[in-house]
Amino acid sequence: MRIFFFSVALASIAILFMIMIFLFMEGIPIFKKVTITDFIFGKYWYPTSSPPDFGIFPLIVASIAVTIVSSVISIPLGVMTAIYLAELAHKKVAEIVKPIVELLAALPSVVIGFFGMVVVAPFLQETFGIPTGLNLFNAALMLSFMSVPTICSLSEDAIYSVPVALKEGSLALGATHWETLIRVILPASISGISTAVILGMSRAIGETMVVLMVAGGAAMIPASLFDPVRPMPASIAAEMGESPFRGDHYYALFATGIVLFLFTMLFNVIADHVAHKYRQAGEASL
Amino acid sequence: MLFRMAALVNGVALLVVVVFITLKGWKAVTWDFLTQAPLESMTKGGILPCIVGTLCLGIGAIVVALPIGVASAIYLNEYARPGRLLRLIRLGISNLAGVPSVVFGLFGLAFFVIWMKMGESIIAGVLTLAALTLPVIIGSSEEALKSVPNTYREASLALGATRWQTIYRVVIPAALPGILTGAILGLSRAAGETAPIMFTAAVFYTPNLPASPFDKIMALPYHIYVLATAGTNIEATRPLQYGTALVLIALVLGMNLTAIIWRARLRKRMK
Repeated sequence: MRIFFFSVALASIAILFMIMIFLFMEGIPIFKKVTITDFIFGKYWYPTSSPPDFGIFPLIVASIAVTIVSSVISIPLGVMTAIYLAELAHKKVAEIVKPIVELLAALPSVVIGFFGMVVVAPFLQETFGIPTGLNLFNAALMLSFMSVPTICSLSEDAIYSVPVALKEGSLALGATHWETLIRVILPASISGISTAVILGMSRAIGETMVVLMVAGGAAMIPASLFDPVRPMPASIAAEMGESPFRGDHYYALFATGIVLFLFTMLFNVIADHVAHKYRQAGEASL
Repeated sequence: MLFRMAALVNGVALLVVVVFITLKGWKAVTWDFLTQAPLESMTKGGILPCIVGTLCLGIGAIVVALPIGVASAIYLNEYARPGRLLRLIRLGISNLAGVPSVVFGLFGLAFFVIWMKMGESIIAGVLTLAALTLPVIIGSSEEALKSVPNTYREASLALGATRWQTIYRVVIPAALPGILTGAILGLSRAAGETAPIMFTAAVFYTPNLPASPFDKIMALPYHIYVLATAGTNIEATRPLQYGTALVLIALVLGMNLTAIIWRARLRKRMK
């Protein structure tokens, strides 16, 4: 029985490997046409013109830009909500707020993208007098509402897992609740909060429908917050349907998938490393 | 104060999205809308094929992912000993959970659709979504197994039951409600996903309800995307878009609320 369950438990790793194998199988052939350096640092993405240009640098920059801008919103919002829920809120209030955060996480991405298109985009366009409301800022704003729940719930777990004795020790020494929070609880849970932040960012960089619908779709390096952009997932989702089967464009999209996959994998490995290396082992480690 | 504001922002965001879609969409959601196929190149008519398609995909994905997920969780919680191997498996699961949904779509296209020669079909979409929901199922099943008190296991073992008998007769029944809650959450996740089914199962338009697992289908999330970005007349079909979005969030949030309430009751009982 043990062997049976063990082999089933390996399914996740097996799927992960299969994903890698098939991404590489369908993506590597593009590098016969374009060198890896030209692919990653090429500034022009014109996959359908002749001769085509397969440079995904603008897409990578776009992905990084929306992720950073969205983190500027989602990190404070997520962490502060977590602190509020874990330390400040009355139990009754927390019991209402927590499901709200969970429901926010459950909103389908296509609905958030749709909302960004029909509500936020016209609003931005009118308020700031810009040519299009479908841009980097809008995408980042919508993405932040998708990563807040991840950041919030994982940070909250981290704050909860701080031993009560630490908190009581601090209070017993005469520190106020606020001092205890800033000086004791947050430092003790910082590794968990960092993990939460990294995973939240990983969610933002990989999210597809939102950037497909509201980022604007222009494959250029953005010069301002209100420029339309085309992050990697948007490019893959938008172009896969029309790219000829096993043509260069098709291979290039899979290769973009590899880059995206490596980004999120990197985020996850860093998160795992932080969680284990700087884990708060017990009261003695402070 | 500041912190309360932060928490409030989340509530407001959820409320604004849900209320806006509801206000704009409820007029479109009529009985005909729910029971008819789209008409006149999707500018009129209903969304029945999309509802059926989404249910097929979601339920299919859970039927595949639930046994694998629960068995994985049983290994992790009941059999595994701490060590390098366990850490590796956990890293694999968390990495799988972090794979972007569009990459699952690419994988589904390359593996199920092309390599396994399934073509764009329900079965290819179901298997792709199953891979995506697997980490969700494992996580919630493990939590359910963890919440079963150790005294249950010890009592069963003390009576001479084997480890497997203990798991099968004592631990799983006690954890079952929690496992099912996780299944509902997984189902709602699968039902709301768009990117993984774009290249593997969903089509713009088909008037027929699915007859075999190798049929292509329409699905609610993809239908919203298509109408909002590539429809015949994007402005004129807005009411249909709001209506479809309303049906989708009602479905997804409804399942989530059920799961949340059910879980809250379970936790109270466990205490």
